[in-house]
Amino acid sequence: MASDTTYESYYVPHNSALPIFASLGIFLTVYGGGNLLNEMSSGSDSNFGITVFLMGGLVMATTLFFWFAKVIEENHAKMYSQQMNKSFVWGMSWFIFSEVMFFAAFFGALFYIRFWVVDWIGGVGERGPSDMIWPDYVPQWPLLDNPNPEQFAAPAGVIGPWGLPLVNTLLLVTSSFTVTFAHHAINHGDRKKIIGWLVATIVLGLAFLVCQAVEYYEAYAHYGLTLNSGIFGSTFFMLTGFHGAHVTIGTIMLIVMLGRAMKGHFTKTDCFGFEAAAWYWHFVDVVWLLLFVLVYIMGT
Amino acid sequence: MSAVIENHHDDHHHGPDKGLMRWVLTTNHKDIGTLYLWFSFAMFLVGGCMALVIRAELFQPGLQLVVPEFFNQMTTMHGLIMVFGAVMPAFVGLANWLVPMMIGAPDMALPRMNNYSFWILPFAFGMLLSTLFMEGGAPNFGWTFYAPLSTEYAPPSVTFFIFAVHLMGISSIMGSINVVVTILNLRAPGMRLMDMPLFVWTWLITAYLLIAVMPVLAGVVTMMLMDIHFGTAFFNAGGGGDPVLFQHVFWFFGHPEVYIMILPAFGVVSAIIPTFARKKLFGYDSMVYATASIAFLSFIVWAHHMFTVGMPIAGELYFMYATMLIAVPTGVKVFNWVATMWQGSMTFETPMLFAIAFVILFTIGGLSGLMLAIVPADFQYHDTYFVVAHFHYVLVPGSIFSIMAAAYYWLPKWTGNMYDETLGKTHFWLSFVGVNVTFFPQHFIGLAGMPRRYPDYALQFADWNMVSSMGAFLFGFSQLLFLFIVIKCIRGGKQATDEVWDGAEGLEWTVASPAPYHTFSTPPALPERSMA
Repeated sequence: MASDTTYESYYVPHNSALPIFASLGIFLTVYGGGNLLNEMSSGSDSNFGITVFLMGGLVMATTLFFWFAKVIEENHAKMYSQQMNKSFVWGMSWFIFSEVMFFAAFFGALFYIRFWVVDWIGGVGERGPSDMIWPDYVPQWPLLDNPNPEQFAAPAGVIGPWGLPLVNTLLLVTSSFTVTFAHHAINHGDRKKIIGWLVATIVLGLAFLVCQAVEYYEAYAHYGLTLNSGIFGSTFFMLTGFHGAHVTIGTIMLIVMLGRAMKGHFTKTDCFGFEAAAWYWHFVDVVWLLLFVLVYIMGT
Repeated sequence: MSAVIENHHDDHHHGPDKGLMRWVLTTNHKDIGTLYLWFSFAMFLVGGCMALVIRAELFQPGLQLVVPEFFNQMTTMHGLIMVFGAVMPAFVGLANWLVPMMIGAPDMALPRMNNYSFWILPFAFGMLLSTLFMEGGAPNFGWTFYAPLSTEYAPPSVTFFIFAVHLMGISSIMGSINVVVTILNLRAPGMRLMDMPLFVWTWLITAYLLIAVMPVLAGVVTMMLMDIHFGTAFFNAGGGGDPVLFQHVFWFFGHPEVYIMILPAFGVVSAIIPTFARKKLFGYDSMVYATASIAFLSFIVWAHHMFTVGMPIAGELYFMYATMLIAVPTGVKVFNWVATMWQGSMTFETPMLFAIAFVILFTIGGLSGLMLAIVPADFQYHDTYFVVAHFHYVLVPGSIFSIMAAAYYWLPKWTGNMYDETLGKTHFWLSFVGVNVTFFPQHFIGLAGMPRRYPDYALQFADWNMVSSMGAFLFGFSQLLFLFIVIKCIRGGKQATDEVWDGAEGLEWTVASPAPYHTFSTPPALPERSMA
């Protein structure tokens, strides 16, 4: 609970044009994206979708840049009370919770498919109708033999855990340590070390993304494991793909934090931007560990 | 629109800007609340018109007005717009207006994001409505958009539907984060969680549900998008997926969603009944715990929407019993409302009429829900008009009535003027009769076997369908009276006192009527533990 003094200094921003631009930006992005996808699926060669999509992305990125710049500026102008800072902390925590639930939907889908659906299609449990369509189908996981191979060509193999995925695990776990070292450096006010550890974290993140790209290339080129190779490919690419997208966002966040650290923004008591990025990074790391165990080790 | 709170003068703070840009740029929780409420009402009328198209077609057997393809688009869009465009934004609007005033906060915790949450919505619904004019027509697979109807057999506009849902989800998540953070961080010094008004409590729990399940909805529509455009096999058994997977993920979102639409209503009714019964709310603590229990149970009962899909018997039994368990905390709530009224010195102003109708009619909807929870019985009721009657009883005289009760109850605080009581009561009775004439007969035709979502039906259902359609038109047109009453109240009327109602408790009644543009720039002194 706040004391009276912090309460009085509460700052309510006056009008802002940022949100309406952000609304416009996100709308153009999805409207363009929708058109783009429909054009792709219908084989049209119109440029409308991609143009609107890129415009939207530009508006969104610009708006977010100015939005964050504004918040940082207000923070430096000491307009935020302790209590207000707590709002940011709560806000980021609940945002990460929503991200957890987003991944939970995909992990849940994998769980349901793997432990029930595939068996049922194979006729386990005397579930008549599912067994009648493909009577010869034998359930297995990973799914190297699809019920309907004409529509979904099955992959020749899947990515095992002890090659690149293990390397990736080491990379991300290490990066969780380096980002924590950067935090310690902030607490000690050692700017050189902050920058050093942040650079290390970013390099590890980028290395992870490169390895992931190589792994995807191998999956497509050598195993025929693709988005349309049946449910194993679907769950594999959706889970690892969304995770990769989150690593990308996290890396961008860390790069921004690196820029801010170089400008000398962070102090022991005033570094929530960094902490938020670090929390996000740890969250991404935990998701990877779940992926490594549930998708790579137990899944293959 | 801009007349809502412009006729006040505040000495210490800058007031609102003039003109349209005030509404586009505002970071003020009251302005944003007003925007949400008007937006929701506009969507209520749009969705209502679609409902009237449906009821007009069903007035008589045979195909009269619309082709079946368009009928399907109407049922789909009606559901989507009412759920995501009318009911949810109305409650967010109420939260914006009331939560900061009820807990003694200066504004919402994240005011710019608050504006962002709102302004995404007109874009999202603009895009959704534009699908009506696209090639292949609007989404036509029902508001539950079951795969493969919504994937393999969907019109191309489904892509825009998916992205519209994404936008609504982003808006809801940001709005909910704002509500949670405001409640947890900005309560007046000394206000403990168990001192908060129930409307604040129910919204805290609702916001938690929203943050938990909107991402799951985003996940399921993303799987649809991938199946449609990138050849994945999530909902296609040929690749090892399963259309039933769609239903599981959808209803994992969908069941908490129905509580998202009713828990704030519980909060509203728990504020209104004590005022007009002139007694404290009976069993405050048990109300809080019951709300939390309902929220918890909402996560573990989703498959009761899917009894006929072919689940293992153990699953059917589990989901049946878990569902019935929800009747316990809900029963606690209904008991408490009745006990609050017991021996109170009741008066029956319009908000109280709506609140009492809520208690009775929502309970009817709840009881038909209990019938649907019984697996063997559900095998008969599934996808009949009985289901339609059930969820319209909890949503229309449930959620919508509570929103109207809230509007009448707090309008004097918002505008500074009393609404016209005679017109308000007229609106109530027209709505009350309209709702029951519309939906009660649907129980009968449903039990007699009339299926949902068809533009035509067998002759034996003709009489009750005609009655139902007449009720729908009565209810629909009565809402124009509501619009008239609200506008009239904004433009003038008897000056409201600060307390407005003589039994009302809570911080919002300690500020002037209309509430100043900025309330509580310094923390208010709390009344003696009176809220608990």
